[in-house]
Amino acid sequence: MYSYSGRILHVDLTTQRTRVQQVSAEFLKTYLGGVGLATRLVYDNVPKGCDPLGPDNALCFACSAFAGTTMPVGTKHGVASKSPLTGFIGDSLSGSHFSEMIRRAGWDGLVIKGAAPEWSVLFIDDDDVHFLDASPFMGMETIKAQQAIRRKLGDENVRVSAIGPAGENLVRYATIDNDGRQVGRTGNGTVMGSKKLKAIAIRGTKPITVADMDGLLKESLKLIKITQGPGTQKYRILGTAENVLTMNAMGTLPTRNARETTFEFAEKVSGEYLHEHFTIKAVGCAGCSIACEQWATVKEGKYKGAIAGLDYESLYALGPNCGMSELPPVIRLSQRCDELGIDTISTGVVVSWAMECYEQGILSQEDCDGLDLRFGNDEAAIALVEKIAKREGIGDLLAEGSKRASEKVGKGSEHFAMQIKGLEMPGYDVRGLKTFAMGLAVGTRGACHNRSLAYEVDVKGVVDRLTVGPGRGKLARDKEDFAAVLDSLVLCKFLRRCFDDFFPDVARIYTMVTGIPMTAEELQAVGERVWNLKKAFNIREGWTKADDWLPGRALHDPQPSGPGKGVYVTEDELRMMIDDYYQARGWTPEGLIPKCKLIELGLDDIAEDVGVDDGMMAIPTGVEVPASEEAR
Amino acid sequence: MANQGYQHVICDPAKCIGCRICEYVCSATKTGNFDPNLSRIRVVRIEPVAMTAITCRLCADAPCITACPRDALSRSEKNGIILVDTDKCDGCGWCVEACDFGAIVLNPVTRNAEICNLCEEQADGPQCVKFCPKDALTLATPEVLRQQARREVVASLFEELLAED
Repeated sequence: MYSYSGRILHVDLTTQRTRVQQVSAEFLKTYLGGVGLATRLVYDNVPKGCDPLGPDNALCFACSAFAGTTMPVGTKHGVASKSPLTGFIGDSLSGSHFSEMIRRAGWDGLVIKGAAPEWSVLFIDDDDVHFLDASPFMGMETIKAQQAIRRKLGDENVRVSAIGPAGENLVRYATIDNDGRQVGRTGNGTVMGSKKLKAIAIRGTKPITVADMDGLLKESLKLIKITQGPGTQKYRILGTAENVLTMNAMGTLPTRNARETTFEFAEKVSGEYLHEHFTIKAVGCAGCSIACEQWATVKEGKYKGAIAGLDYESLYALGPNCGMSELPPVIRLSQRCDELGIDTISTGVVVSWAMECYEQGILSQEDCDGLDLRFGNDEAAIALVEKIAKREGIGDLLAEGSKRASEKVGKGSEHFAMQIKGLEMPGYDVRGLKTFAMGLAVGTRGACHNRSLAYEVDVKGVVDRLTVGPGRGKLARDKEDFAAVLDSLVLCKFLRRCFDDFFPDVARIYTMVTGIPMTAEELQAVGERVWNLKKAFNIREGWTKADDWLPGRALHDPQPSGPGKGVYVTEDELRMMIDDYYQARGWTPEGLIPKCKLIELGLDDIAEDVGVDDGMMAIPTGVEVPASEEAR
Repeated sequence: MANQGYQHVICDPAKCIGCRICEYVCSATKTGNFDPNLSRIRVVRIEPVAMTAITCRLCADAPCITACPRDALSRSEKNGIILVDTDKCDGCGWCVEACDFGAIVLNPVTRNAEICNLCEEQADGPQCVKFCPKDALTLATPEVLRQQARREVVASLFEELLAED
């Protein structure tokens, strides 16, 4: 076996004991790495029903077999745990130098359990594990903490993943930052904070070996050249911020908490405007030949000196979604979220929910600590973000996320809490993207555009995005499975248009790297396996069909403007698409997984845990069946 | 040749994205593995946006040669690269200290100093230049760079005039 080390490091922070789990080539081939492997590690190491913020939760890191090699855009890693935001699988990806360093230290994955008695920094120095006192770094912002820990250890080669003040304060959507990239969604930084783990520092000095170096270098060079071509042009030139005007023209740009879906100031916050007036440099992750991250600075005015790597999702959530008519405050907000260590998307949507509560009189100015939380009030938004990270005043409520906050505040505010399963929505208004509406509703980690790529069929006109029809379930399923393969390999999604024939090409390169034989069919099958694994974890943790649903606003409030004016997703439409999807997945009408399906996917042990009896398969869809007693 | 300076690998910081593919391919070429600690070119990033790659600049008056107490370092007459006599070198590291650019690697296994040799054993030259996704790396002499800079500044002065052609 090449590239993989076949070793997973288990660390118990309570006892400060470590152990090494040996894993076989067959096991690694089954889950690949990244999200797939991290999810399997979570399934195996998190006891059923555990408190996400308790010591039993396991924070699991899993690498990519491509990390640290010339295979472009493969230097990434997955992190997963039971999410404190959703109570379901919280799987997230990050990239760059830290991803490479875990592997150079000789590990395919890390499983971190327990909780440190005092705030700690875990220092993994090849095979040695040290538990360091974190007190000099407490309260430090993400990047500053990484720099300070490197200085303290006296080696610039050390790479660090750290949480910011928000993670320390258990804001439920805290990030883990490495090298200015983030494990962004579902609160893995919160789980890290609950373990009193300020940072993980890693120094690796081992070489990464591959089975066929000459072959890999040839394939890599070819891909590096292709990634300078049309398949990645969007990401290289304007970055994903190009979406602002595209979404606005389609009437699917969530504006002012999705109260509107077109934004009158879209031009002023567009990718084009950003590029022309604020972008100073494109930066790549380690091993990335694309460089989508557009770093922007503000050169004058009250936000002079603000600097952030701004992508579409951050821009949407903190910009149009909060009614910001100019980019400088958006750049500052994004910068502060990254420094404080909170997810830009969740933060933006939580802030916009509070703004709508304020405008409707559900929250008074007094409730908001005197802040005038009108949409577009940049100074109030910035003050609110600081409060959230510190859990100060109203920030304490908002640090719980939009689902919990709206349940607490009530008064109809649940209707416009733009979240699914507790995870805040990405920047695509689903009323005008109906396949994606279902894709988000059924998502295993909640509302996520990275796990369901179903928006592609709507945006590209494969189907009529404003209506529903048969076959959407299969389309959504295929997009999920493809995303799961990329997320597990790990290859960045921005590489997806750079292959002649994705599965055979990547299977061949995987074998060049690892020496493990892999066919296109086997590689493709990983997607379905990983998706079912994530779903199985959710079922084990109490998922029911009612969790696959949309926020009230998407189901009842017609789009007020744009080409889709008047459109919304009816409950019948959503139910029909979800039924169609469960059927396409080979699940029961209740969305449970038959044992035979799990066994077919090679998840035999999980079939015993959560699989329902195969007889369920015979029941046609659409027929009401009682909740299965077989589900354990 | 000599009065133009030697060709060496130069990085344009405006183009460098900090991906470190140059480190990966250098170590792969020289050691057969991906082992950036042994890469003879290294990327430095000062967060968030300052970044460039650094390797041997083939200094005209190379301090590493002077610093070596064992006379293990010499200059190639063919292309100006710093040659390391592996029999003489015992990895003492004086050359590493002498180099202002941190461009010399001490290989802990061979216990030799290792310095960019422009991949002279490769038919198509420096592999870092070949693999650099953004063409930030080039193989050039200081004189060629001077010429380029002069042309660029003049072109910018006469931008409108040239556009009318």
